[in-house]
Amino acid sequence: MTNLRRTMMFVPGNHPAMIRDASIYASDSIMFDLEDAVSPFEKDSARLLVYHALKNVDYGEKELIVRINSLNSGFGFDDIEAMIAAQVDVIRLPKTETAQDVKDVEEVIESYERKLGREVGSTKMMAAIECAKGTLNALEIAKSSKRLIGIALGAEDYVTNMKTRRYPDGNELLFARSMIIHAARSVGIMAFDTIYTDLDNVEGFKAEVELIHQLGFDGKSIINPRQIKIVNEIYRPTKKEISHALDVIKAIEEANEKKSGVIALNGKMIDKPIVERAKYVLSLANHS
Amino acid sequence: MEIINQSTSGTLESSDIQIILGPNKQGIDIDIRSSVQKQFGEHIDMLIRKILSDKMIENAKVLAVDNGALDCTIQARMETAIYRSIGENQRVDWGVVE
Amino acid sequence: MINRVKREIPEEVRGNNKVFTGVHTDCKVVQRTAPKVRPIKLDEEKWVASIEEVIDKLNLSDGMTISFHHHFREGDYIINLVMEAIAKKGIKNLTIAPSSLTNVHAPLVHHIKTGVITNMTTSGLRGELGEAISNGIMKEPVRLRSHGGRARAIESGDIKIDVAFLGVPSTDLYGNANGVKGKTICGSLGYAQMDAKYADQVVLLTDTILPYPNTPISIAQTDVDYIVELDKIGDSDGIGIGATRFTTNPKELQIAELVKEVITKSVYFKNGFSFQTGTGGAALAVTRFLAEEMKSNNIKASFALGGITKPMLTMLEENLVDTILDVQDFDKEAAISLGKQERQIEISASYYADPHNKGAAVNQLDVVILSALEVDKDFNVNVMTGSDGVLRGAIGGHCDAANAKMTIISAPLVRGRIPTIVDRVNTVITPGESVDVIVTEIGIAINPKRRDLIASLSDQGIPIYTIDALQEKAYGITGKPKPIEYEDKVVALVEYRDGTLIDKVLQVKQ
Repeated sequence: MTNLRRTMMFVPGNHPAMIRDASIYASDSIMFDLEDAVSPFEKDSARLLVYHALKNVDYGEKELIVRINSLNSGFGFDDIEAMIAAQVDVIRLPKTETAQDVKDVEEVIESYERKLGREVGSTKMMAAIECAKGTLNALEIAKSSKRLIGIALGAEDYVTNMKTRRYPDGNELLFARSMIIHAARSVGIMAFDTIYTDLDNVEGFKAEVELIHQLGFDGKSIINPRQIKIVNEIYRPTKKEISHALDVIKAIEEANEKKSGVIALNGKMIDKPIVERAKYVLSLANHS
Repeated sequence: MEIINQSTSGTLESSDIQIILGPNKQGIDIDIRSSVQKQFGEHIDMLIRKILSDKMIENAKVLAVDNGALDCTIQARMETAIYRSIGENQRVDWGVVE
Repeated sequence: MINRVKREIPEEVRGNNKVFTGVHTDCKVVQRTAPKVRPIKLDEEKWVASIEEVIDKLNLSDGMTISFHHHFREGDYIINLVMEAIAKKGIKNLTIAPSSLTNVHAPLVHHIKTGVITNMTTSGLRGELGEAISNGIMKEPVRLRSHGGRARAIESGDIKIDVAFLGVPSTDLYGNANGVKGKTICGSLGYAQMDAKYADQVVLLTDTILPYPNTPISIAQTDVDYIVELDKIGDSDGIGIGATRFTTNPKELQIAELVKEVITKSVYFKNGFSFQTGTGGAALAVTRFLAEEMKSNNIKASFALGGITKPMLTMLEENLVDTILDVQDFDKEAAISLGKQERQIEISASYYADPHNKGAAVNQLDVVILSALEVDKDFNVNVMTGSDGVLRGAIGGHCDAANAKMTIISAPLVRGRIPTIVDRVNTVITPGESVDVIVTEIGIAINPKRRDLIASLSDQGIPIYTIDALQEKAYGITGKPKPIEYEDKVVALVEYRDGTLIDKVLQVKQ
């Protein structure tokens, strides 16, 4: 597993062919959906399908995420138990409005980790923010659990809640995106952008990925493998960025050899964030 | 376990299998119609029998219409049908993590 | 007798044929045959009112060999119309020698049952017809030949055509015909040109009669005996069925992307290179991706070959390709273009792919992309029988074009629950020794004898596996399929392009 989460590919939880084929595409993570992609009458069947796929299909190094149904839907508890039994990497909460929503799910996760004999804390979480209330609570949500790897914007429900719709320029999402990226960055977790549904509008998709890349998002939820290459190309660092990152790493190594306390490159101090950034750039460069 | 109601799971789409499971007076009757009958027909029959016996089901009628489902899909669809057939209040036992 | 690809060819069906010994033909001199010609009288007319009438004029009788072409593919009306008329006349024991057969030719099953047809040679068998033959409906095995192999067999007299019934989109009343004018165009008549040259009697069937002389002259008046006018000879839209849609299937796109990578990172990707792509969504996507790479690298191809599709025309129009050598058109746009584009040249089946002439176009090919139903660990390719052992494909120019400098087979690792990369293919059509690279959605395998390709494609960001590893991955997903059970009866014999026997197809067990 890499530290990259540029592309998180949605896979409907009740679709055997798509679940099987998800392994062959180059997305950084796969997100099996038990929630909106599955009708209320097929929740049991999707849960079993994803459970057996997670246990049997070889997904290689990809990070495996499952979007569960909310606790009050009547399906959430079973979803959590099944996914912990299947040793999923990350559980994604839908429609998170408050920090308490995260804490409630965390409590359930912990109880099943104990019941099923999994190490407590081994199941990571991410929270999707999909309404005005959640957006305003973004910072509290981001701070709510050590299990959180990141928070994500779910724009389809968000625009409905805001009494608007999605526009090509994305201005209707600017506040939510800004809140989410700030909340994530201030806590030190990742921020993920929402899906883009018009598959045939490649230019529109590119423009949106460029925007969220510029804002600082770590990646985007995608709904089709065709979108992977486009995201990775936009996230590919420039030659200048790569060579600077290599210089930073080299400076650190030299400083370590000399056991020098102060590390500088071209007269500028190198601190921890700069080193982390350099490592991230090199990781991006190696996987694009 | 006892199969009480007739139930259906799965779809007729490619890579899926549709299971119609119902009660049977005596023993296990399996009818398989598979797009890969020649290559995997016997294997699917054995797999369905194993899933039933793992759940201690001794009497059942199974109609399986298969369009190239993998074993893990057959397992999931069979278990779905079983839990739908054995009546209310039967929760899936997810076992422990191996 | 066991041949070079480890297939047993039973003595009782082998006849005078040699078995396959390798892709390099050891044949030094061949003697071609020539047709019988009935010279025309000075005032004779060729126009005949109906198929029934022409059958009488031809003295068509029991035991003869008749031929057709398949340029209309799934849109062909001719074969069924002619066979029905022949059956009504009570003629039996015919050998039919079409260049290929498609799903629309299911009515032939009836003519086999009633003894009208007792022998057959073709490139393709599909649908109900393929199934019936796989179930042993014919007493004599069908002879399966590639397009190049058929041209060779016609020239050598292995196929001796008594009457060729050739559907032509337009002709004048003296028999100058082409596929680019008329109500129902099909473009190139490259396969039919063989029949016109070598059949004793040639009948043209058309729905468009044009003033004399009708040009371009794809089939010449000097070879034509009779002309029959019909209401409709076919459906132009049927030419492209199953072949021309640009895929949105992500798996096919991923394969196409990898094929493009293999081509553009090989030594063959340079100015003046040549290529052939096939049909189907992935092949069309390859053509489009290749065009983009050629544009951005400023590379032009000297020629493109084979079945022609719209994306290839676009490359011609954008000057990415100098010349298209066109033996067959796979969509209506390509057929229309043949009549307009000076640099799209109609070629015959012999010119395209015949191993026993003085130089076929396939010999000049740098890169070819072909499909597969199955590929095995010896790189042998099957495009003829499904995983259930039933005839459901066509050889086409597969083994002919596979002798290109770099032969790429593109195929998904698995289809549903069926592995494509297998231990042993059901039927060998193209021998592994002529195959260089297998491309699947997860990565490629390179024939170990191509060390140069292994060296040049390594460390280029392309995932490379051994063929054994690909096969294991495929079985890992699907499980190991049970081998197909067959009866002893041989229902088809597969000729390699040079006429040697490369494999047989057995009747499937019910």
